[in-house]
Amino acid sequence: MPQIMYREAVRDAMAEEMRRDPRVFVMGEDVAIYGGAYGATQGLVEEFGEERVRDTAISEQAIAGAATGAAMCGMRPVAEIMYVDFMTLAMDQFVNQAAKNRYMFGGKTTVPMVLRTEGGAGRSIAAHHSQSLEAWFCHAPGVFVVMPATPYDAKGLLKTCIRDDNPILFIEHKMLYKEKGEVPEEEYLIPLGEAALRRAGGDVTLVGYSRMALLAEEAGRALAEEGVEAEVIDLRCLKPLDVDAILNSVRKTGRLVLCSEGYQEANFVCEIMAKVQEFAFDDLDAPIERVCALNCPVPMSPVLEKEAVPSTEKIVAAAKRTLARQR
Amino acid sequence: MGKTQRKRKAPAAKKVGGKGAEKPPAKATGAKTAKKAAPKGAKKTLTNKEKIDLLRRMMEIRGFEDKVFELLGRNILQGASHVYAGQEAVAVGACSAMTERDYATSAHRGHGHCLALGGDLNLMMAELCGKATGYCKGRGGSMHIADVRNRNLGATGIVGGNLPVATGAGLAIQMQGKTGVCLCFFGDGASNEGTFHESLNMAGKWKLPVIYICENNKYGMSVSIERACAVTDICGRAGCYGMMGAKVDGQKVLEVREAVLEAIERARRGDGPTLIEAVTYRYRGHSRSDPRVYRTKQEEEYWQQRDPITLFRDELIGQKLLTNKAFEKLQAEVDSGIAAAERFAVEESPYPDPSEVLDDVYCGWVETDKGLVRIETKG
Ligand SMILES: Cc1ncc(C[n+]2csc(CCOP(=O)(O)OP(=O)(O)O)c2C)c(N)n1
Ligand SMILES: [Mg+2]
Repeated sequence: MPQIMYREAVRDAMAEEMRRDPRVFVMGEDVAIYGGAYGATQGLVEEFGEERVRDTAISEQAIAGAATGAAMCGMRPVAEIMYVDFMTLAMDQFVNQAAKNRYMFGGKTTVPMVLRTEGGAGRSIAAHHSQSLEAWFCHAPGVFVVMPATPYDAKGLLKTCIRDDNPILFIEHKMLYKEKGEVPEEEYLIPLGEAALRRAGGDVTLVGYSRMALLAEEAGRALAEEGVEAEVIDLRCLKPLDVDAILNSVRKTGRLVLCSEGYQEANFVCEIMAKVQEFAFDDLDAPIERVCALNCPVPMSPVLEKEAVPSTEKIVAAAKRTLARQR
Repeated sequence: MGKTQRKRKAPAAKKVGGKGAEKPPAKATGAKTAKKAAPKGAKKTLTNKEKIDLLRRMMEIRGFEDKVFELLGRNILQGASHVYAGQEAVAVGACSAMTERDYATSAHRGHGHCLALGGDLNLMMAELCGKATGYCKGRGGSMHIADVRNRNLGATGIVGGNLPVATGAGLAIQMQGKTGVCLCFFGDGASNEGTFHESLNMAGKWKLPVIYICENNKYGMSVSIERACAVTDICGRAGCYGMMGAKVDGQKVLEVREAVLEAIERARRGDGPTLIEAVTYRYRGHSRSDPRVYRTKQEEEYWQQRDPITLFRDELIGQKLLTNKAFEKLQAEVDSGIAAAERFAVEESPYPDPSEVLDDVYCGWVETDKGLVRIETKG
């Protein structure tokens, strides 16, 4: 199977969907000539022209809102918001105009749009360019939130998102764009709401998504060297959430570590904690551990940034804490 | 017509603004906008030494930015730095019109503003390096420097994010009955954010003492102003908000200074905000990795010919205020200041202590494992 970069997988998904469906178009800041701030739209304008690959002004609110309106009127926009931190400016259009649209209009409208953005820390570019804000959008009924970790998932899920009839926030990770992975040449789709099992094991369950799924996998390998078999689940989608994948694993292991790059307080993983205690309370052998970003704006200084966000070591330590608890 | 047009002969300078901008609307706004007796502003005329100081400041900014670019290339500097090289005359000219009563806000390309406001080379370089000795203890880095002592209310990584903040600074000044103003620096790209419209409308209506300075360097990242704006004449929008507008040659430090002096004087009188468009050019790519495929070599060369430092140096030499030899001496002094800043930041300064990562998130409260608890604060 050919190996391609995450950013190429994202680009290929858009290109394939644009070839297949003339309603699909791309717009955003620096997506045409520049090819996207992280290169995820490279080559699209050359193939599809400026009509379907549109550089916009720096106007996030209009980008998200125009995607909403175009989607309501028969187009299938894939709009890019350069950083998830700038979703703050697109917030009203996305969570009020797009998200609530179908429900408040009595089920008579559809808003088939994808907002692609990226988040995450690791580049020392401080708190306006490094956050993981997915929890905000999970708090908005009416939208889906998808966060792939691998090139394979990025491509298969983005294609599905473009064909889906709901407004979707597709959050990539800035540290993954150059990561390579196997992606088949033939077409495939990945259904929404299905987690991926990254590693099987019976001692403890590690759940992550986006880059944290990869760190959880790494933690799983490290634990294996010490004789601990961790089961690692990559959620891939936060909404819709594959809650059964988590519950089934917890029933087997009795121990759960949740990993997220978002700020700890009111993190999306708190929702998973709630669901697990609702549906699998008796299966737990230890309190659920969470490994999240500290509750301070992501700092610029490399030493502080490293301190503030989760690492493989922190996940391993959390797994050991939960394993140390006797029932 | 206002003074802006009559006084300045430079070809690029033109007074603009719709009818509404010609004179302030007759009816006073709800806010207190009573005309004030003109308070003392910055000095109109500059001594020879002051002119040379302007040149020195521009050279310092250039030297700083060249060093930043070099350190980025050598991976000594982490993160993103948007360098200001080519635009020095705007920051230096504008800030030279300020007094100690005035504030400024800046944006992602903010090193020049910080230095022009009196910023310290060492503290800036240390901040860019994420060191504990930096302006913001290494937490903010290149895009987030504030220097409160010099009335620099800070830069921002959010394009257009500083326009409402500057508007609020103007509001505070007005409500407190003070005579200060706030300068607000932003780019042509930022003028397409909603915050531009909302801020200028509010300031225009309330006659707030804010000078909006749009540095039109022709591009917002890769997108040229022609490809981004329905109407490319940015200062022409001033009239829509009932304020004066002026377009100036952003390569000419004294021209920028004069336009800002005039705007500040108007604001101090209670006659409200001004939108100044300074036409300029950024020499480097948007950020380090930008290959600049969206513009031509010829265009870049054209602007290098209109280098703000060279233009002003030649002007001073022409007026016999400066000799080539004195310029070389100046350059050597600037260079050694930059070298000292590099030494201070890279070699002599420590990184912050990771145990302080949760400090300063709140006033009077601190984060613990169980959540926030109150702490005693001094003062
Ligand atoms: C809200 C927001 N949108 C987009 C960006 C990404 N970005 C950073 S600088 C920039 C271009 C800004 O152009 P302009 O305002 O003209 O300033 P210049 O870079 O030319 O100084 C863009 C798109 C951002 N930082 N914030
Ligand atoms: Mg610009």
